[in-house]
Amino acid sequence: MTSFLSVRDLVVHFPTIDGVVKATEGLSYDLERGKTLGIVGESGSGKSVSSAAILGLHRGTNAKVSGEILLEDVDLLTLSDEEMRLRRGRDVAMIFQDPLSAMHPYYTIGNQIAEAYRVHNDVSRKAAKARAVEMLDRVGIPQPDRRVNDYPHQFSGGMRQRAMIAMGLINDPGLLIADEPTTALDVTVQAQILDLLQDLQREFNSAIIIITHDLGVVAEMADDVLVMYAGRAVEFGPCKEILTHPEMPYTWGLLSSVPDVKGDTDARLIPIKGNPPSLLNLPPGCAFEPRCTHSDKVPGNLCRTEVPDLLPGNRGGVHTKRCHLANSDTIYQREILPEIAPELVEDPS
Amino acid sequence: MSISPSESHASEAPAEPKGGVVLGNPASKLDLSRPPILEVDNLQMYFPVRNSGLIRRTVGYVQAVDGVSFQVPAGGSLGLVGESGCGKSTTGRLITRLYKPTAGRIDFDGRNIANYSASQLMPLRREIQMIFQDPATSLNPRHTVGAIVGAPLLIHKVIPKKQVLNRVQELLEVVGLNPEHYNRYPHEFSGGQRQRIGIARALTLQPKLLVADEPVSALDVSIQAQVINLLQDLQREFDIAFLFIAHDLAIVRHFCPEIAVMYLGKIVEISDRETLYNRPNHPYTQALLSAVPDVKQAAIGGRRERIRLEGDVPSPVNPPSGCRFRTRCPIAKEICAKVEPPLLQIGKRHKVACHFAGELGNHPTAPITAGMLGVDDQGNHDPGASPSKDIGNSPGFSDFWFDLKTRTMAKS
Amino acid sequence: MYAYVARRMITGVLMLILMSMITFVLFFASPVDPGRFACGKNCSPALIKQVDKAFGYDKSVVVQWKDFAVGVFKGRQYPEDPSLRKSAPELVSDCHAPCLGYSQVNLINVTTELKDKIPISGSIAVAAFLMWIIGGVGLGTIAALTKGSLIDRGLVGTSLVFYAFPTFWIGLFLLEFPAIKWGLVPIPNYISIADGGLWGWASNLFLPALTLALFYMAGYVRMTRAFVLESMSEDYLRTAKSKGLAPRKVLFKHTMRAALTPIVTMAGLDLASVLGGAVITETVFNYNGLGKLAVDSIATFDLPTVVGLVLLLAAFVIVANIVVDILYAFIDPRVRLG
Repeated sequence: MTSFLSVRDLVVHFPTIDGVVKATEGLSYDLERGKTLGIVGESGSGKSVSSAAILGLHRGTNAKVSGEILLEDVDLLTLSDEEMRLRRGRDVAMIFQDPLSAMHPYYTIGNQIAEAYRVHNDVSRKAAKARAVEMLDRVGIPQPDRRVNDYPHQFSGGMRQRAMIAMGLINDPGLLIADEPTTALDVTVQAQILDLLQDLQREFNSAIIIITHDLGVVAEMADDVLVMYAGRAVEFGPCKEILTHPEMPYTWGLLSSVPDVKGDTDARLIPIKGNPPSLLNLPPGCAFEPRCTHSDKVPGNLCRTEVPDLLPGNRGGVHTKRCHLANSDTIYQREILPEIAPELVEDPS
Repeated sequence: MSISPSESHASEAPAEPKGGVVLGNPASKLDLSRPPILEVDNLQMYFPVRNSGLIRRTVGYVQAVDGVSFQVPAGGSLGLVGESGCGKSTTGRLITRLYKPTAGRIDFDGRNIANYSASQLMPLRREIQMIFQDPATSLNPRHTVGAIVGAPLLIHKVIPKKQVLNRVQELLEVVGLNPEHYNRYPHEFSGGQRQRIGIARALTLQPKLLVADEPVSALDVSIQAQVINLLQDLQREFDIAFLFIAHDLAIVRHFCPEIAVMYLGKIVEISDRETLYNRPNHPYTQALLSAVPDVKQAAIGGRRERIRLEGDVPSPVNPPSGCRFRTRCPIAKEICAKVEPPLLQIGKRHKVACHFAGELGNHPTAPITAGMLGVDDQGNHDPGASPSKDIGNSPGFSDFWFDLKTRTMAKS
Repeated sequence: MYAYVARRMITGVLMLILMSMITFVLFFASPVDPGRFACGKNCSPALIKQVDKAFGYDKSVVVQWKDFAVGVFKGRQYPEDPSLRKSAPELVSDCHAPCLGYSQVNLINVTTELKDKIPISGSIAVAAFLMWIIGGVGLGTIAALTKGSLIDRGLVGTSLVFYAFPTFWIGLFLLEFPAIKWGLVPIPNYISIADGGLWGWASNLFLPALTLALFYMAGYVRMTRAFVLESMSEDYLRTAKSKGLAPRKVLFKHTMRAALTPIVTMAGLDLASVLGGAVITETVFNYNGLGKLAVDSIATFDLPTVVGLVLLLAAFVIVANIVVDILYAFIDPRVRLG
């Protein structure tokens, strides 16, 4: 048996009048039960599109999806629409960024949670509602038997996200995909929600994919990190490894462009120059090359002509990077780290 | 008007020498020699809530901003942080006079503009400008960028019509956009570029004060840094004061040498950034800071202990009695429900509104404020006490403050 | 909730009063002298004066409006002359409450006049309403679900054609071909249910109702399509799908509920306006409904009838507005009736 979830060469293309939008290209990763994968990237990096493909949410649209998505050795892409539908919510569940717009405004919270339960369980309305109350209680909604009859607009942002989590976990799915689950929330509420997700993960032993642009969230939640850029995985590895020894200049950029609550305030932020490329018209070489400040260190014109493969980096092991730079770890420790976190430089020589 | 586009700054930034005149950013330093350009005193904004009866009577008020006082030095920055519903955005809108305050003073450049009429405000609009969170919705999609950026010039008849285009192109260049793109429409630009257009529009009339309401929170992380750097460059170049409103504690810290933390319409702590982030004295500030995920911490290993705040922010229609934070406060005691803590100055540039102000894990057991408020330690009226008058709630800082260690007045 | 309904009713009544005032002022601003007009062709100034007095035209606007308003609630007599009532009771016409005036042209109370026409216009309106709601919403939903396909383009194109063609042309076409030339349906001629039974009533209504419905249906197809498409792009539909709901349930429970809400608003107001008479349809098919009455009374300067019609139509629209608002609050829990 391979991993619990194994994504192989996932491709998601959207044909449009202007050409094919290559939203995801050749994405592969594995995830075990009880573990969390953090997918980091900016808007348009393909992090949400590739995860929606796991739920089969592109079915019925004009998207072209290919590759393999093996969930417990079953390729989800080969299932019929009806078979896939029956797995949605039962084997894989998803929670979304903005819980206000992700819930139907005209139905009560209880109705919507119970509905998720009744799709996959042949129970009475009453039993389903009782289960909904139980789940609301589990995710920390006070007075769940009363609040179950409230409408989404009567909940606060944090409570709505709790309710979404209750809805997602009511069928005890093996895989939970959380798409920017805390982006719309305040920090103290974000902390509550992340704690809750971790508690529930321990309890249900589910695998979690957390999609975010916030490296801080990844740092707190993820076991493994996948960095995506322009539809491709550009770096993958264990969370701590990625945060301490990033080898891809894009990841460096993400780390250096965000201030933190402790760093040196006299230092300027070091942004990534320019804008992300259009997915309609990707450069022939490395997609990050136009914004990269290190491509001059690669001999020849390699960065501009050839897409690098996702290969093990300088430190070997499971840490892979999609970059032509030969000694990227050394460059990071010598050039980048002293700029962004001088206190973390291990060996000043 | 000749600073280079920030795209080039961006690429050169790592190569800039440390120290020296060019570098540094005055935005991040506190310059006490400058007089305040903005002084807000006891500002209040109550929005009426009407009942649903046959005749719609006002039955209560949303106390969005309730007695807020602060100063913004000319050419400097003050940060306003807090969670949604704390009143920080309302405060920004009051200062730009998009709302008329219920009470309080807004002294801008020596004039109290709190009660200015629409015609009095007209010339003032040149001097106070605003940058909004969402560049996609704050730019009119049917107008070209040139029209958007040039509109203030035409409205205020600052320069002859013929020169408007030139000026617009200059401005676009300043914010790092291609000046030839003046005849394009907002949808032809990316999110970060649209925010630059919004900034160019705000700069058009060379304002003295910019109210930036979540200027980067709608942008991708790699673009956020570009815009923050741009704002710092502009501040240095044009000597603009900023009221910087954001929920992102790290960005506010990076941009502002002084920061006020708001909770339910009130300032709970205000201080210079080193004190506020390293030695916060209010339990809310402490909880807020502990909730921020920290990449570096995680990189070194280990998770910091978070202070868990239970529940949600109470309704501003019916805020808790006494201290508004007490319902979620881990150290609240009897007095907190009875008496509202004053915003007490406890350091050179540090004020905090808490009966038990102190560093994390070092909060006093008896309220520090009881004596000066004329109550006993449980918050009951103490007939023998002689309460001090006018504690806290002045916009600026005094040379004397209450020293927490000695419990006496101190002087620098 | 009750307070809200009460508040809306009060505003509705106030609006009706305002409407009647405005109509009255227009009445007086018109170049036609009502007394002279009522008196007929061969009229002496003395006779006009007598008529003016008998019908109260010599009084001020305010007094006349007050008399009218009193008439609405208590009824009145034409002419209002106690002595005449004694001497020649056959010349006095009683107008019971709600009295909307007396038509000098048709020599009949306006209320009676309207009462006779309401079932005719109402029948067409209701029949057309059912057709366009079922057809428009149904076809619009199909178009949205098959967005971009031939079916969608065909539906949208066809609805544009019907929207653009003048109603009288469609009416005449339907009358000429299916009814007269091909004899597929009876040539429409209004028969009440009491006279012709349900079938006779319905079969005669078919063509006029269809004529009226086609125009509205065209609009509703496009509107429904737009609302369904908008609703389909909402985040909560993605949530519904990711729960594993069957496509039919996603469509009916989640998509349609949201898409239909704005349509309810439109439908209520459109129904109210066709209840007040479909002028062209009624004229083409020669139905003596409110629409035809409006055309006739304007042509003959029958001002009391015009005032009555305007008020009736205004009442329809105001009531429909209130009903729609209340309905809306039931459909959308976010609408607080406060």
